[in-house]
Amino acid sequence: MTTRPQHPHRLSVRDLTVSYQRIPALHHISFDAECGSAVALLGPNGAGKSTLLKTLAGLAPRESGTITFHGVEVKGASTDFAYLPQREQVDWDFPTTVRGIVEMGRYLRLGCWRRYGQADVVAVEEALNAMELKPIEKRQINALSGGQQQRAFLARALAQEAHVVLFDEPFTGLDKPTQDNLKQLLRTLREHGKLVLASHHDLASVSEIFDQVIFLNGELIASGPTLETFTQENIRKAYNMPVFSGIDHGLAV
Amino acid sequence: MDWLFKPFHDVFMQRALVACMLIGFTNGFMGGFVVLRRLALMADALSHSLLPGLAVGLILFGLAPGGLFVGGLVAALTVALGAQFLARGSRIKEDTALAILYTVAFSIGIIIMFKVLPHLKTRVSLEDYLVGDILGVSDADLWVTFGISLFIVPLLAFLQRPLMLTLFDPSVARSQGVKVSALNLVLVISLVFSMIASQQAVGVILLLGLLISPAATMYMLCDSYPLMVWGGGVLGMFGSCLGLLLSYWLNLPSGACIALVLGSFFLIAYAFSPRYGILSRLLRRRHFHEQSLARWPGKSAD
Repeated sequence: MTTRPQHPHRLSVRDLTVSYQRIPALHHISFDAECGSAVALLGPNGAGKSTLLKTLAGLAPRESGTITFHGVEVKGASTDFAYLPQREQVDWDFPTTVRGIVEMGRYLRLGCWRRYGQADVVAVEEALNAMELKPIEKRQINALSGGQQQRAFLARALAQEAHVVLFDEPFTGLDKPTQDNLKQLLRTLREHGKLVLASHHDLASVSEIFDQVIFLNGELIASGPTLETFTQENIRKAYNMPVFSGIDHGLAV
Repeated sequence: MDWLFKPFHDVFMQRALVACMLIGFTNGFMGGFVVLRRLALMADALSHSLLPGLAVGLILFGLAPGGLFVGGLVAALTVALGAQFLARGSRIKEDTALAILYTVAFSIGIIIMFKVLPHLKTRVSLEDYLVGDILGVSDADLWVTFGISLFIVPLLAFLQRPLMLTLFDPSVARSQGVKVSALNLVLVISLVFSMIASQQAVGVILLLGLLISPAATMYMLCDSYPLMVWGGGVLGMFGSCLGLLLSYWLNLPSGACIALVLGSFFLIAYAFSPRYGILSRLLRRRHFHEQSLARWPGKSAD
């Protein structure tokens, strides 16, 4: 891959505000994240973690703000970003195999016209191997365990040649060995130079998985390297204050 | 043996068989998208909504296929888009809005037909619109059906990749730049086209069986999206012809026979599918139970 020194491998978000039906869910969020790192989105329920991921994926309309990746402004949907939804949202009875899921990552690049060629086969093979799915590539997706389902989607992101992986609560509902395996795979993704952004709930495991943390509470509480930013002070601020929603909607508790 | 080959010498039956092949394939092919996109209710609503459109087309343009065509398309799209509009602006969900609108449209259609048909110089009855009359298919009708098949099947085959992404997960597809709303519209319009092509043969009520049953059968049998779509087409073609022949040999209504044959294909697959059938599932559970017991020495299987 060619290096572009004038455009650092970085995702920059500036002054991002997102509203649902005129009620803002995220206020004036700004942060930077480098490729080759894993970023945790932390905060209480309703803090805007999923909203931020969806906005980066081009699924939620922005009210203001810019998103810049590799020095280029991202306006809407982009194949540089791979959004991995929460597992309950996926129709696991869809008639396809693990390999079929990964091949879908190539369809985006190919469009309707272009032939599925040798380069695509190679990319799919590499993605399957990187996510340790080769032995079960022919398995129907409804016969996968939770960890295998996530690996299949990660492999699809690799085949898509996405640079930013947006992950909504990847560790929720996985048992201990599967979590350990997923941690390992996130490390693999970082080594591939990917930027992983994941919403996360388990504060105890933040330090061992993520290089950077972003605390959200309707607005940005803090953002920075885990070592400096993952402090009791910031945790208290993010989780103990009521979620900021701009105006009082008459729903005083 | 003469009775077996007799239908193939009858010119009406020959035409009807060609119509069955075209309609069976196109509907079976489309059905895969409808089943995976969970549009079965929408399809039901669209098929009933055709009726007022056909009635108005009949008044304005007579029996010309073009007029019926435009009328049906306008009526079906009005109901489909109207339901989305109603659902967006209130707490009513889309399926509820759809059910209200299509019964209203269907009722309007029945009333117009009831008032208008007796005054037209035609032998067509309301029943023909509801359950179809495949033996009344003319050469012109066959050409229209052929044209529609020739339009829909290549179009959807061409859009196969983005459609697959959309069917699998619309929100993710949208995030990756797939034009999900446009593809949905293409699907609905293709659906209306294939329904208009089919209503003459099997009527607006039974055509749903042609659309859904072959795809649902393939869904029970296979784990591949292309196989489900193309296999649905082949199964629909085969089943429709078989239904038509049965109706000839047994002297029964053709549309009903076709829908029944396709429906029984599904029931057979539902019971006997090697992987997803209920019988094989019952057998498999027993198998696991014994495997589990085998891990504990000293216990027997009873």
